[in-house]
Amino acid sequence: MKQTLATLPVLRAKLKEERSKLRCIMVCCGTGCRARGGMQVADAIRDELSAAGLAGSVPVELTRTGCHGWCEQGPIVTFEPEGVFYTQVKPEKAKEIVASFQSGEPVSKLLFRDTKTKRSIVTYHEIPFYSKQTRWAMRNVGRISPTEIGQYIARDGYKALEKVLSGMTPEDVISEVEKAGLRGRGGGGFDAGRKWRSCRKAKGDVKYLICNGDEGDPGAFMDRSIMEADPHGVLEGMIIAAYAIGAREGFIYVRQEYPLAVEHLGMAIASARENGLLGENILGTGFSFDIRIARGGGAFVCGESSALMRSIEGKPGEPRAKYVHATDRGLFDRPTVLNNVETFINVPLILDRGAAWFAALGTDGSKGTKAFSVVGKVNHNGLIEVPMGMSLKELIFDVAGGIPKGRTFKAVQTGGPSGGCLPEALLDLPVDFDSLTEAGSMMGSGGLIVMDDRNCMVDVARYFIHFLVEESCGKCVPCRDGLKQLLEILARITKGQGREDDLDKIDSLCFVLTEGSLCALGKSAANPVLSTVRHFREEYEQHIKDHFCRAGVCRDLCRYEITDACTGCTLCAKACPVECIAGDRKQVHVIDQSKCTRCGSCFDVCNFGAVEVRSAR
Amino acid sequence: MIRLTIDGRRVESRNGEYLLTLARRAGIEIPTLCHHEAVEPAGACRLCMVEITRPQWNGWSKLVTACLYPAEEGLIVKTSTERVLRTRREVLELLLARSPRAEAVRRLAAQYGILEPKYAVDQEGDNCILCDICTRVCATHVTGAISRVNRGVAKKVATPFDEASDVCVGCMACARSCPTDAIAFSQDGATRAIWGKTFEVVPCTVCGAPTVTREQARWMAQRKGVAEEDFYVCDVCKVAKTGLSCRKVMW
Repeated sequence: MKQTLATLPVLRAKLKEERSKLRCIMVCCGTGCRARGGMQVADAIRDELSAAGLAGSVPVELTRTGCHGWCEQGPIVTFEPEGVFYTQVKPEKAKEIVASFQSGEPVSKLLFRDTKTKRSIVTYHEIPFYSKQTRWAMRNVGRISPTEIGQYIARDGYKALEKVLSGMTPEDVISEVEKAGLRGRGGGGFDAGRKWRSCRKAKGDVKYLICNGDEGDPGAFMDRSIMEADPHGVLEGMIIAAYAIGAREGFIYVRQEYPLAVEHLGMAIASARENGLLGENILGTGFSFDIRIARGGGAFVCGESSALMRSIEGKPGEPRAKYVHATDRGLFDRPTVLNNVETFINVPLILDRGAAWFAALGTDGSKGTKAFSVVGKVNHNGLIEVPMGMSLKELIFDVAGGIPKGRTFKAVQTGGPSGGCLPEALLDLPVDFDSLTEAGSMMGSGGLIVMDDRNCMVDVARYFIHFLVEESCGKCVPCRDGLKQLLEILARITKGQGREDDLDKIDSLCFVLTEGSLCALGKSAANPVLSTVRHFREEYEQHIKDHFCRAGVCRDLCRYEITDACTGCTLCAKACPVECIAGDRKQVHVIDQSKCTRCGSCFDVCNFGAVEVRSAR
Repeated sequence: MIRLTIDGRRVESRNGEYLLTLARRAGIEIPTLCHHEAVEPAGACRLCMVEITRPQWNGWSKLVTACLYPAEEGLIVKTSTERVLRTRREVLELLLARSPRAEAVRRLAAQYGILEPKYAVDQEGDNCILCDICTRVCATHVTGAISRVNRGVAKKVATPFDEASDVCVGCMACARSCPTDAIAFSQDGATRAIWGKTFEVVPCTVCGAPTVTREQARWMAQRKGVAEEDFYVCDVCKVAKTGLSCRKVMW
């Protein structure tokens, strides 16, 4: 039924009332949990519920939620409102789960065990991974069924839109967003309100709004999680933005590799239209705006705004110079505002709770919270949303649980391939747009890859440049040919063929990339190299001059040796895939260097630090 | 009228002109490889970088491509600062390593003191520097028979699926506008081969010299609404014919 400004609050109150009486079993059916059998778990619980005579009886509901952002623990099952949290659930456990749901006794085997305290934790409110987060952008993630518009409405969904259309002018909306200090979450950190204002002022009747859901950084998946788990939040943010800038048509650009996000967004658009929240005459106010999904082919460069617009136009995704801003001439040469998924999901919060509330979160220059995708050598990989300005140390060691296996932290790569690697000395750096840029990295879309002493920084730089060589569109010379030369040099260094003048050449290539490239992909492509050279220069020099990779990653530059600290436990010999470690039990073992493939398995399994990495020479 | 300075010289512009046009009009040389008067600029070769600033930027400046940056009131443009020249030299280094045999690249690199590239030379590299002039010329003025395909280092100019094009009319606009002579073609008497397709070049109906391909004449005739045969007169004979008719008019 089409809602109006008068009926929507009534509907919300009714839904809230109904849902406040419910007890829910929530099963995560996001992409990660699905891959590990989340759907089967949900089906098994559904069957158990009906067997126990609970299904359909009003106060119990089984909800299939979107991605929680903690896929390593999946499939995740939670009880609401209690917050009981079960990890790595298998369908066979359905009976026990339903029993526990009825009795209130937790199933101890399925509880999360804290790696530090070795204690089992019953509810997610007490798990540091969640309790130390401030989830605002991800407020509904894992808490509602993304395919049921009613669940979104009951959690104050479309309340901000209602407020906006009940008497705020577009100008009011823009100044509220400006006052909140919302900066674009996609990478650049441009002031969202300012962007909206330029577009509103731009001449032309037809204006477009685009949501950039083309998340492409390796290891980053916060936008995917939001689109899958809270599609209506994105839509609401877009509708408000469209009202502010005067757009009647909008696009969500999302990659085809995110099929569940595409599906959920499509369903959300359809149900928003049915409920009079999208399309003609929204909430009976005369304001009209509609959204279409544009599916991308998954090219990294199509996350760059001008390339993304070419892609929607049906042309090859090549960036163009932004001397004329998209807010004047963007999609189909019309004034266009493009913002990222996470930017849009913050918009309803700002309008609902007020600019002052939002501006109180975060730092002076970076307001609000930011979702990070923390991956790599940390105990807990996943999505972490914290207020801007939290230190890297707190984020990595407190929220994400620190470095596993007692190894030492070496670096954190922020901002994906466009960002840089920051060393231990910078761990106290507050995570916000400006501090990261000053340190030679960037916020990017919020990827954080944590590395320990077993990561080689030259190899990391090589990895990112390899990624960029594959993803460069090839239009301009510095990015296309410069990256190719850079990769050749880095690959040479990691193979032990580095030359004396390679660091000078790297410097020249980084210069021409930064100064000469056409778009942000090329301009920032040098960051992984520049930052590793800046903070880990001695590692490059060791590779080139001493033919030594201390991390034991570059196989041509290291060998493993077992020292006298060996207790003869035989673990390394068992782990060796080529069986080149010999030695009797309780005797010092020896590696046959002629057979060794330098895979490092012995190093990783040794509990006594008896395996050492040495120069290949 | 927009007023700005380029290398200290005051220049004026009407709306919509790019810095490169203004600089060249003022006699200031800026090198380019991907610029062509007949098509919209692309900003692909990155040689025409200039440094721009304004008094209110407090010493901050940035590099932009002159071919794409529109004239703005009060802008201070510098075309040969150290930053500009270093960028240009590095771009030329990359181009020379990519296409070491391309005459236009060699000549320009030599002007900037680069005789041998410092980076690894692509031994199999052809002369194509992906300046996109051919594709833009073809798409803008002819039939759009060729385009840029693939991505990154694999990018190249080709017909769809590398097959003989359905729409190529063999006009040679691509090959003739190519700054590095990278487009292969052959002409043997009345037979022309380009992009995997062979064309018959029709002889001049007056003197018998080669004129245009039958496909090109047909395409132009259709577009201009004139007879196909009108195109089968060579340039020399056209001039002669026009001269004769002029003489008739004058005397």
